[in-house]
Amino acid sequence: MLTYIARRIVYVVPIVISVALVCFLLVHITPGDPLVAVLPADASQELAAQLRAAYGFDRPLPVQFGLWLLRALHGDLGNSIATGRPVLAEVMRAVGNTVTLAIAAAIIGFTMGILLGLIAGYFRETWIDKVATSFAIAGVSVPHYWLGMLLVIIFSVQLNWLPAVGAGPGGSNSWAWDWAHLKYLVLPAITTSVIPMGIVTRTVRALTGDILSQDFVEALRAKGLHERGVFRHVVKNAAPTALAVMGLQLGYMLGGSILIETVFSWPGSGFLLNSAIFQRDLPLLQGTILILALFFVFLNLLVDIAQAAIDPRIKRG
Amino acid sequence: MSDFPLHATADAALQAAPATKARGYWATVGRRIMRDKVSVACALVLLLIFLSAVLAPWLGLEDPYKGSMVRRLRHIGTAGYPLGTDELGRDMLARLIYGGRLSLVIGILPVILAFCIGTSLGIIAGYVGGKLNTAIMRTVDVFYAFPSVLLAIAISGALGAGILNSIVSLTVVFVPQITRVAESVTTGVRNMDFVEAARASGAGPFTIMRVHILGNVLGAIFVYATSLISVSMILAAGLSFLGLGTKPPEPEWGLMLNTLRTAIYVNPWVAALPGAMIFAVSICFNLLSDGLRSAMDIRN
Repeated sequence: MLTYIARRIVYVVPIVISVALVCFLLVHITPGDPLVAVLPADASQELAAQLRAAYGFDRPLPVQFGLWLLRALHGDLGNSIATGRPVLAEVMRAVGNTVTLAIAAAIIGFTMGILLGLIAGYFRETWIDKVATSFAIAGVSVPHYWLGMLLVIIFSVQLNWLPAVGAGPGGSNSWAWDWAHLKYLVLPAITTSVIPMGIVTRTVRALTGDILSQDFVEALRAKGLHERGVFRHVVKNAAPTALAVMGLQLGYMLGGSILIETVFSWPGSGFLLNSAIFQRDLPLLQGTILILALFFVFLNLLVDIAQAAIDPRIKRG
Repeated sequence: MSDFPLHATADAALQAAPATKARGYWATVGRRIMRDKVSVACALVLLLIFLSAVLAPWLGLEDPYKGSMVRRLRHIGTAGYPLGTDELGRDMLARLIYGGRLSLVIGILPVILAFCIGTSLGIIAGYVGGKLNTAIMRTVDVFYAFPSVLLAIAISGALGAGILNSIVSLTVVFVPQITRVAESVTTGVRNMDFVEAARASGAGPFTIMRVHILGNVLGAIFVYATSLISVSMILAAGLSFLGLGTKPPEPEWGLMLNTLRTAIYVNPWVAALPGAMIFAVSICFNLLSDGLRSAMDIRN
């Protein structure tokens, strides 16, 4: 087990470096000068050269990458061009809000998904299955930013029950788990939860159906095991795969929240990314993408290790 | 005389044989999908949306670009404007139908491009194997380290707004996924006897890949690619929704949803219409892909 974990961790190193390379190169595929946002239009050649040297843009690319990576390893992702504040601090503050949203959405989406999936798997090919599967397909097909708009139209504009945008009193820095803040979380969390709900439903349904049709279940029933006991076997067999899928979904929620955060003006990492793009704040863009991608890579690592830990069938040689 | 009945049986068997074998694989798949009511309904809805988008200029619609400040944000069902008007007084029905042109292109084209590139890369990686396989597949792994929404937005954000850039970024998102599927099915086929036989009879690697491998893996990759269209439609419209795709005044569903966002307090249901179009196309492609998958699974 330990060797498996060690090997899996070693395998992550080249991935992390390549991810950093992709993030680094993103700035360099940008058409035009990366300094276009800071440089006034009437700047002299001299000033441009000076600034380029200050940011290190005058050096060869591989050298720039090496220096950038070295500084990133020390937690220095440069300063935001728009605000002048350190990128890392800005991103981590925003990521906190995104994690809050993702966890709330995961609780809703995974619970619904597991329940619907189990019910559909148990009652396969009946009308109950059809209803649950329709929910799942609608969940994965709906443009979630549009669903967010619909929820705002119904619950904020028409019924006036819940706030439409923002993260509650005190803005982006003062999240607390009380109703004054939670009511701002309800609509974005429901909107974020529909895709994982759909995917978890489909996965759990397929797993349950497969396991129930296997011979050992027949044998358990023939021996007279009560349904609760059979159910325990189903859960134990389905858990590793379901867990892996849910881990991946959690990663997608953290990294793919930009559309929903834009609809609800939720002050998370996606919202930050959006403003970085439109202000052409390249260090912030680079830093946000790097941090989010690293979150995703390490989440995948954790899921793999957790899966190996609970599933004895995974080879660890 | 005793062998006469035997001949008769043999003849009858020979005559009966062609009648039972006639249908090929794809004809069977086609017949099975035609019997699936959900798939047929989805195909019809998609056909309707496609045809109306293509034939839009001949449908006698209002000019989708011509606005009027006096008739802004009319409600659904207003005389002359069956689906109301948008924030600049342009006819919603015309804009939704014309909007299908760009929306469908930017949603479907990336998948087609990624299907071509990813299939080629995957078959080469799977068939040639060795160092080339490692090089291609490890590169693919790097792109898997990004959530797809994040990757699409990062590339689009870096390249800047524009239709072409949004198509490029979505293609980059889907190529690794299709390459992975293509590689895994090709590895499953490459060691089969008929490939060995082709090699023994002197076929070169390109002939083998084109003739013997492609035909056997294309179906699986195609089904996978069709399942990506739904995601691609949502993401392409999403990029426009963020302001990274189409530019105004072009009618496109994602962009329309964005510009109408300010109108949700005045005329919420007109504002929601473009999203309903994206949803309809996306769910139809999803159901059709599911139908195709089960129709091609001959084991059932």
